[in-house]
Order: sequence, then C-alpha cells, then structure tokens
Amino acid sequence: MKREIPLAITFIVGTIFAVAYFIPHYPFNQFENWFNDWFAIVAAFAIWLGALNLIRISAMKIFRKKVDILHSSLIILSFLIMVFFGFYDGFSGLIADPPFSYRDAGTGFDWLYEYVYSSLSATMFALLAFFVASASYRAFRARNFEATLLLLAGFLVMLGRVPVGDLLTQWLPRDYQLSQWANWIMNVPNIAGQRAIMIGIALGLVSTSLRIILGLERAYLGGD
Amino acid sequence: MKIFRVLLLVAAVVALTAVPAAVQDTVGADAVADSLAPSTPVIPVNIENLSVRDNPNDEGGAVIVSWDVSEGEYAGGVITYMVLRADSRDGEFVEIGDVPFGHASYNLRDNNTDDGVEYFYKVAAVSVDLANSDGGWLIGSESDVFGPVKSSAQWFNMSRLNIFVGIIILCGAIIYYITAAKGGKEFYIRKIAGIVEVENAVGRSTEMGRAIYYVPGIHDMDDVQTLASMTILGKVAEIAAQNDTRIDVPVARSMVMVTAKEIVKESYSRAGRPDAYQDDQVRYLTDDQFGYAAAIDGLFVREKPATVFLMGAFFAESLIMAETGNSIGAIQIAGTAQPAQLPFFVAACDYTLIGEEMFAASAYLSREPKLLGSLKGQDLGKAVFLVAIVVGIILESFGVPVSNLFKLN
Repeated sequence: MKREIPLAITFIVGTIFAVAYFIPHYPFNQFENWFNDWFAIVAAFAIWLGALNLIRISAMKIFRKKVDILHSSLIILSFLIMVFFGFYDGFSGLIADPPFSYRDAGTGFDWLYEYVYSSLSATMFALLAFFVASASYRAFRARNFEATLLLLAGFLVMLGRVPVGDLLTQWLPRDYQLSQWANWIMNVPNIAGQRAIMIGIALGLVSTSLRIILGLERAYLGGD
Repeated sequence: MKIFRVLLLVAAVVALTAVPAAVQDTVGADAVADSLAPSTPVIPVNIENLSVRDNPNDEGGAVIVSWDVSEGEYAGGVITYMVLRADSRDGEFVEIGDVPFGHASYNLRDNNTDDGVEYFYKVAAVSVDLANSDGGWLIGSESDVFGPVKSSAQWFNMSRLNIFVGIIILCGAIIYYITAAKGGKEFYIRKIAGIVEVENAVGRSTEMGRAIYYVPGIHDMDDVQTLASMTILGKVAEIAAQNDTRIDVPVARSMVMVTAKEIVKESYSRAGRPDAYQDDQVRYLTDDQFGYAAAIDGLFVREKPATVFLMGAFFAESLIMAETGNSIGAIQIAGTAQPAQLPFFVAACDYTLIGEEMFAASAYLSREPKLLGSLKGQDLGKAVFLVAIVVGIILESFGVPVSNLFKLN
C-alpha cells in the first residue's frame, strides 16, 4: 500500500491535469488553482522540516563533529536573529496604534532585509559577470571548427550590440552594419537552435509525464 | 477612466477644430451612461454589422461585441465608441466599456455576464462637446439594439485541438513501443555521452577518495525537471553506494529534501549497504536562489568534491555553481531543460545533458525495456514533428497558410 496509494494519486491527479488543459468548463478550470493552493499549504508546512534540518545539521557540526564551527555558528546565529526580529516586529506591529507589519520600512526586520540580505544577494549576482568572463574565455578558444564558429558569432554579436559596432561599419549600407549582423545571428541561427531544443524538451516532458502518470517511472517514490 | 476621458478631450480639441459647436446637442459626461439624449453630430457615423456572440473556448461569463463603422468617423468627430448593455430590449442601457476610435472594425469583450442570462447590446459613437467649456460628451449616433445573447462555458477548448491531436499521436506512439517492449522486443538507443560517463565520474570520486555532490536545482517537486533529477539521483546514489563513496545532496526546497532522503536511503539499501547511509547526506540549505548558490560554492571550495552533478531546474545561479565546480577541478555532469542555461553548462561542465537527454537519462540508466520503449516512442514523435516542419516549410513557401494550424488563441 505504501507504493500503490501514491501511484494511484499520481495517476488520478496527472490525468485530471492533462484533461483540464483542454476543458475550460467548471470545475476543470479551477483544478489548477485548487492544487496550487494545496501545494502551497503543504510546502508552507514543509519549510519547517527544512529549517529544522538546517539547524540540526549545523548544531551537530559544532557540538559533535567539531568541523566548520564558524560557518555553522553563523548559520544558526543569522537564523535566530531573523526569526527574533520577525516575531518581535510582528507582535509590536499588532499592538501598535496604528498597527504595522514586520515588513514595513523602519522595522528591524526590514533593516536586516534591506541592508544585509539584499546586499549579499546582489553581491552573489554580481559575481556572475566575472564567471561569464572566465567561462567565455574557455568556450571561445578556437580549438576546432565549431569553436571557431562560436568565437566568430560571439565576436559579431558582442560588437554588434554596442554603438561602436555600427560606428566601425558606418561606411556600409545600413542593412550590412554590425548591429544588423548581430540581429540576424540572434534571430535566425540562434532561434532555430533554441526551437530545436525546445521541441526536444517538450517531447521529453510529455514522455516523462506519461511514464510517471502510468506508474512506469517510480524512482521518485524511492524505489525502482 | 476620468484620466482617460481628459486625455481624449485634449485629443479631441486638436481633432475637432473644424466642427461647428453650435449645432451640437450635449449631455454631461457622467450622465451618458444613464441616458442617451438625442444629438446631431456634423456627420453621423453609421455603426454597422453589430454582432454579439459568446466568447469561444472559455469558462463562460464573457461575450464579444464587434462592429464596423462607415468611413467618416474622423469628420464626424468620433473619439470613442461606448458599448451599452441592458437586460431587455426596452430596458435601461448601461455603459460596460469603451473603445477609442481609429480602426476599421472594433470589438470589445464583456467579461461580466452571467451564463444563461439574456442580454441586449448597442453601441454609441461619442464626440466631445466643444461648446461646453466644462467639457462633456456628445452622443453622435447609435447602432440598432442587438440581442438577446447569452454567454456559456464550453466543454472543449477547440483552439487547443491541434495540441490534443499531437498529444494523442505522441502518447499513442509511446504506449505502442512500451507494449512492444513488454512483449520482448529490443530497441537500439543511441549512446548519450553524459549518461555513459556517470559511472566513470562516480569511479573517479572513489579513486580520489572524495565525495560526490549532487545538486538538484532550485525548483520544487512540482517541476518535472526536479522529478527527472530525483530519478537520476536514485541511480547515481546506488552506484556511489556500491563503490562506497559518499554522496552529498544539498537542496533548496524542503519537499525535495524529504524526497531525496527517501531516494538515497532506498538506493543504499538496494546496493546492499543500508548501514552506510547517513542522515546528513541530504540536507536543506535555503530557499533563496543566491543564498543557495553561495552555500553550494562554499561547500565546493571547502570540501573539494571530485564529482559534481548539476541536474534539474537552474537559472542565474547555474554558471556561479558550474564555474566554481570547474575551478576546483571536479568532473561535472550537468543537465537541465532551461534553454537559457544550457550554454553556461556547456562552457563550464565536462558533459551536459541537453533538455530531452535529461528526461531520457533515467530510462537509459535503468535499461528497463518498458522505459526504453517510451524513449523509442518519443523518437517517433520527433520524427513526426520533423516531417511536419519540412512539409510546413514547403507548403508555406508555396503560399498555403498552414502555420495557422499551429497558432494558439
């Protein structure tokens, strides 16, 4: 029964979703909303499993294994600080006149979010620029014909996307300037390749979904 | 609505300088909806072919009002068309929306109808009253009343018939090949380098005595990519358990953590080493995209895994992780169905499962005939699409508009 019930639920829900895509009539038009609500509720409860797992493993590293003590302490400390300010500002806002939310500007929680969390996230995102540069350096080495083609296309697109590209080729008719070359590369060969991949992905999605709905693919349940 | 009307007034002042104001009959802007006073524009605009029909392929509650106008709306000074609705032919007509001038034909969707209830519609061409210094609307001309009309919900979305047919063909092919596989027929499946290398990658970790890191992306269990990733995780964890190599699975979603724990534990049991499984092998880090990327990078740099699997749904964090994995010299196998992230993985990883290859990986790794049969069916679907594309190109080149068949409404 441990296997049969989840498989039956998967089959029923999967079939309903597939059918509902083609039926706009009530109640089929509401299934997606209902299931999304249920998923959100289950996920909201599950977040505590994740948070407790994080705290437990970090505490275990500090007290039992004696490894990564600094990192693990920081995780627990950051977690507790955010939870403290969330609850403190939340309750303060409830009894204040006029009431306010813990996310309103001026609260401790908002300060931490704005000046610590957002800055750290932006820092990580900014690193992407450097990683793109190092990855491009490797990818654009002209080792063979395909890599040389990639290098040439990348060079034309990059140059065509900045004003200096058109400035260098302003002596050519408008349709032959670098920005037009870049547009052609992006709109024709690039789109053709992307569409081929998208068709493959769509077929793979249908095939995988069908395997899951029919119960052929059941490894996600923890078995064969 | 008020701002819109003020803007229309300004536009009309420019457009209607030639209209003699003295001959125009006026009503106040707010009063128009309630009563339509007879008026005489300079050139009456004929509202023709008014029709109201149920909005097709919907869940009900909407009708489409459409009409044409005679040439002359510019000279007639029309700046907008008001659509009015009543419950009976002689009942009180109330404005339900308006459409600015400037088209050959018009339509407006009334999204506020009750299914099965009869409604009557008419359209009024509206000008601005230049004689009234405070502004005001001037009803130019009106259409005949159209009705009764009812809205209703449909039981099949005909605009998706093409997808329905495609799905039936594809599913039919897959089920046919699965049935053939069950009957003992063997299929040739081409080698996919990224999948073939899974065992070698795990073996490398074993030789180097370092852990394997399996990153299942940042989406939850409601994404098919994560489901496919979980299936591959089961196989990778089994090989790792057989080789007595530790596999770590840091995740970004609690539900993925619960599922991954179950899968890895089961894989260790299947490999005959349930005692080797440790509960902290699968651990939750954070739901936050860049927080997760930072944590993964930190783990990579500190623990220097020999093998990294990046399988699932990835976004801007893909290259941050893959480049860090590359910098520590790990052999990396990536797979995703996010087309925008594939170039990053190709540049930074040793092997990349491109889109459909990731979905095929579980079947390929299991070598189970039924699953391989589904891959064969998928290939047939691809062949059908290929033929359809070639035929479509030829027909379109000769002016046969077949592309309309594949447009969604």
